[in-house]
Amino acid sequence: MALLTPLAACGGDDGGTPTINLYYAPEQNLQKVVDDCNAEAAGRYRIDYQVLPRGADDQRVQMVRRLAAEDDGMDVLGLDITWTQEFASADWILEWTGDNKAQAERGTLAGPLASAEYEDKLYAAPKNTNVQLLWYRTDLVQQPPRTWDEMIQQSLDLKGQGKPFEVITMGAQYEGLVVLYNTIVASAGGHILNDEGTEAVFDQGAVRGLEILQKFASAGVTSPSFTNSIEDDARLQFQSGNAAYQLNWPFVYPAMQEGAPDLAAKVKWARYPGVDAGTPSKVTIGGYNLAVSKYSKHPEEAFDAALCLRNEEHQKFSAINDGVPPTIESIYADPEMAEAYPMKDTILEELRDAANRPLSPAYQNISTVMSATLSPPASIKPEQTAKELRGSIQDALESKGVLP
Amino acid sequence: MSAPTTAAAKHRAEDKPLTKAEKARLSEGKRAERRLGWLLCAPAALVMLAVAGYPILYSVWLSLQRYDLKFPDEREFVGLSNYATVLGNQYWWTAFGVTMLITVVTVVIELILGMGLALIMHRTLVGRGIVRTSALIPYGIVTVVAAFSWRYAWTPGTGYLANLFSDSAPLTERASSLAIIMLAEIWKTTPFMALLLMAGLALVPEDLLKAASMDGATAWQRFTKVMLPVMKPAILVALLFRSLDAFRVFDNIYVLTAGANETSSVSMLAYNNLIKGLNLGIGSTMSVLIFLTVAIIAFIFVKLFGTAAPGSNEEGKR
Repeated sequence: MALLTPLAACGGDDGGTPTINLYYAPEQNLQKVVDDCNAEAAGRYRIDYQVLPRGADDQRVQMVRRLAAEDDGMDVLGLDITWTQEFASADWILEWTGDNKAQAERGTLAGPLASAEYEDKLYAAPKNTNVQLLWYRTDLVQQPPRTWDEMIQQSLDLKGQGKPFEVITMGAQYEGLVVLYNTIVASAGGHILNDEGTEAVFDQGAVRGLEILQKFASAGVTSPSFTNSIEDDARLQFQSGNAAYQLNWPFVYPAMQEGAPDLAAKVKWARYPGVDAGTPSKVTIGGYNLAVSKYSKHPEEAFDAALCLRNEEHQKFSAINDGVPPTIESIYADPEMAEAYPMKDTILEELRDAANRPLSPAYQNISTVMSATLSPPASIKPEQTAKELRGSIQDALESKGVLP
Repeated sequence: MSAPTTAAAKHRAEDKPLTKAEKARLSEGKRAERRLGWLLCAPAALVMLAVAGYPILYSVWLSLQRYDLKFPDEREFVGLSNYATVLGNQYWWTAFGVTMLITVVTVVIELILGMGLALIMHRTLVGRGIVRTSALIPYGIVTVVAAFSWRYAWTPGTGYLANLFSDSAPLTERASSLAIIMLAEIWKTTPFMALLLMAGLALVPEDLLKAASMDGATAWQRFTKVMLPVMKPAILVALLFRSLDAFRVFDNIYVLTAGANETSSVSMLAYNNLIKGLNLGIGSTMSVLIFLTVAIIAFIFVKLFGTAAPGSNEEGKR
C-alpha cells in the first residue's frame, strides 16, 4: 500500500485535473504565458512546459522518436514551420476542425497559415513567424538597394572608394543557405516544387535564382567567411564594422544596440532586395506552429491550451518580451509594438506577401540535399546544378534519397 | 617453432593411434557431454536469438521495402532496389571510405602504441599499480564526455589546442577534422589494446626468453622471433576486437563534427537516414550492409588469420 500511494498522487488523470504536456523549444518568457493560461483554464487542465533542446534538429528528433513509438505523454507540440507537413503526413498530429480551426485562422497572416496546412487541411496553429530584413549603414548608403544587382553594384562602388563595402549574410552549408536561395527563387517568381509538392520542377525562375546566388558569391562583395557563417557569425561580422549591408533576422537589432551602440545609431532597415527592379522581393518566413499529438489522452483540452498559448494577448507578450514576431496581423498596429519593433512596418510589409519553403513532408531531406548541392555557392553552375537538384529532390520525394 | 604449434602437433599425434572401438566409446561419452552442453546453453542461445537474431532479421525485412514514416500509406515491397539505391550513392561510398580509413589508421597506430604501453606496464617494477591505472584512464572516460572536451579544445576561443596552433577552426575542414577524430579514437582505445596485449605478454614463458638470450639473440630478435609468435593469438584477438569496434565508430564523429564536411561514418549515415530522415527502408539497408561488412571482417580474421576466441585451445581454430 505504501508503494501505491505516491503513484496515485501522480496519476491525476482519473477525475483530477488533466495535465497537458507542452513540448516547446526554449523560450525565455514562455513559462509566464503558460502560467497565465493555467489561470485562465481555471482547473479544467494544467499545462506543463517541457523544454526541448536548443538545437532544431535535436528538438525534431526527440519528438519524432517518441511519436513513432506512439508515446501518449506529449500533448501540444511546438513545430518549426517546416516540420508541419511531415508530422501531418506521418499521421502524428490531429487535424484542426470546427471552432478550433476558425479561431486559429482568425486574423492570421496568409504565409504562416499556409505553413500549417497540408492537403488543404489545417494541422497546426501558427504561434509566431519571422522574416529577414536588409540592414544597411546610413553613413555609407544613401538609397537602400531594391534588387540584388543594385546591391552588388553599390557594394562594388564602395569598395572602389575604399570604404566598408561587404554584404554580410549566412552562406554555410545548412538551412540558412537554403533560406537564402529560396528567397531569391521566390522573388524571381520561380518554383522548386510543383504546387502539390509532389514533383521537383526547378523552372526558369529557380535557375535564375542559382545564377544570382552564384554571381553574388563570386562578385567579391561577400566577407571572406561567407561560406562558413550562420546567423550569429553574420551578426558579429557586421558589428565589427567592415560591412555596409547585412541580410538577417530582426534579432540583430536589439543585439546591435547592446553590442555596438555607436554602429546601431547608423543602421537602418529596408525590405529585402528583390530580383527585378519593378517587383518587390518575396521573403522566406520562419517561425513556429502549435500542433496536437494524435496520441494525446486529452485532445480537447490540448486544442484549448494551444489556442490560449497563441492568442492575441500572448502573441503580443511574446513578441515584446521574447522578440518573436506575431502571426496575427492586427497586433502589429498595437502602439506597444512600436517600441520593441521599430521595424514592424517593414516586417509586416514583407509578411503580407511572404514566401514559404517547399511545403512537403520530405522537406527535411530536400533541405539537406539542397544545402549540400548549393555549397559553396560560388561554384554553382546554374543549368547543371538545377538538373542535379531536380534529380536528387525527386528521389527524396520518392523515399529513394540518401541523406549525407 | 613456436610453443603452441608444437603442442598442437603433439596433440594430433596422440589422437591418431586410437582404434575404432575406442573412438566409438569416446564419442558416446562425448555425445552425452555435448548434449548436456547444448541443454545448458540452450536458454542463453534462445535469449541471444530473441534479442540479436530478431532485430537483424527484421531489419533485413525492412530493407526490402519502401518504408518511410513520412509516407505511411506508400509502404510497399521493393525487393533489392534499396540496395541498388544505397550502393549507387556517392554519400554511402564517401562514408564507407572514411570509415575504412579511420579503422585502418587507428587500429595500426593503436597496435604500435598499445604494444609499447603493454611492454612498459609488463616490465614496470615500481608503482606498477599506478602506471597501469593511469594508462587506463582514457578508456574509463565515457566517450561522449571525452568527445565534448576534445571538441571544445579544438574550437577557437574556448579551446587551448585550437589557440595553440593557429586561429583557424580545424573542425570545419575535412582533413583536420578526420585527423582529430582519429586522434580522439586512438587516445580512447589504446589502453584497451594495451590491456589485451598485456594478457598476451603474460603468455610468453620467461624460460623461452632466457634460452633465446643464451643463444645470443638481441632484444629485437627476442621480440620478433620469440615474443611476437607466442603472442600471435592475443594480437589477432586484439586486432579483431578493435577493428570491429572501430568500424562502428559513431559517438566521436557525432559530437565532433556531426558528419559535416564529409566526415560521416557509415553508422552516422545510417543514423541520419533512419532517425533523422525517418526512412526505415534505406536506413535498414545501410544497417544490413554494415552488419555484412562487420561479418566479413570477422570472417577474414577467424578463417584466414586463424584468430581464436580468447581462452579457447587449439581445437577452437578450424
